[in-house]
Amino acid sequence: MHWAALLRPGDWLVMAGGAALVWISLPLLWQGGFAERAIIRQNGQVFAEADLRTRHDFDVPGPLGTTHIAIEPGRARVVADPGPRQYCVRQGWLARPGEIAICAPNRVSVQIAGRTKAYDSLSY
Amino acid sequence: MTVSVTELTVTAEDRRVAWLATAAVGLSLVDAAIPSPLPGVKPGLANIVTLVVLTRYGWATAVWVSGLRVLAGSLLLGYFLAPGFFLSLTGTTLSLATLGLARHLPARWFGPVSLSILAAFAHIGGQLLLARAWLIPHNGVFMLTPVFAAAALVFGTINGLIAAKLLAETPAAAPAK
Repeated sequence: MHWAALLRPGDWLVMAGGAALVWISLPLLWQGGFAERAIIRQNGQVFAEADLRTRHDFDVPGPLGTTHIAIEPGRARVVADPGPRQYCVRQGWLARPGEIAICAPNRVSVQIAGRTKAYDSLSY
Repeated sequence: MTVSVTELTVTAEDRRVAWLATAAVGLSLVDAAIPSPLPGVKPGLANIVTLVVLTRYGWATAVWVSGLRVLAGSLLLGYFLAPGFFLSLTGTTLSLATLGLARHLPARWFGPVSLSILAAFAHIGGQLLLARAWLIPHNGVFMLTPVFAAAALVFGTINGLIAAKLLAETPAAAPAK
């Protein structure tokens, strides 16, 4: 027996309705907004705000040395950091709004921001 | 031998429910054994049994079979009264309610596939709402809605087709076990 023979006319309708529902819900995947900017902070103060459309490199000075941050279209990462545990480096690329890499020993952070902010402030 | 005061007579209906629930529990175990990329995305094979029971024996029997399946399945898999149990219970309750309404749709136009898809969407909808209200009180839960909805559509269709095939191949008179 062929599978299509098991489907009745209304079944196609329900399947189309389900597909429409999936389609409508798709924007929820991007509800945080698109990654637009990277905010680099040094000692709590904004050191630089970079547009995530072009390539940039930043050398951010801190108490331990220089934290090297790379910005690429749509993403950002900490390339090198003088901190002992390298957590922020190992986080790799950040691409979603709200994502943040914190190099605490060197007091440097890089955060991805979209149009809407997920929260007002972050303290550490 | 002392005759028990409460005499439980086991009817044919009881036996049928027990058999069907066993089949559903078996499929739940198969379900749990299938690796899933995301918690919550499962084929829900036991719903095939629910659909067949609904069509053959009516809604009340389907409620019994589903209820027993959730209970026994959670006991066997070790998540009885854990969050997963309540997610399962909410999803099942909502999809049974949906099936209770959807079975009145004209059978000429809407077959098991329609019922299966509607039940799958109700199931995931109920789970998402419970997760939002209780487990993760943050709207971030809904971020994965498209993934869950797509899974509901795909698995709902497949399960519905399997149920339709089973119903088409077994004569209505024989007990569909």
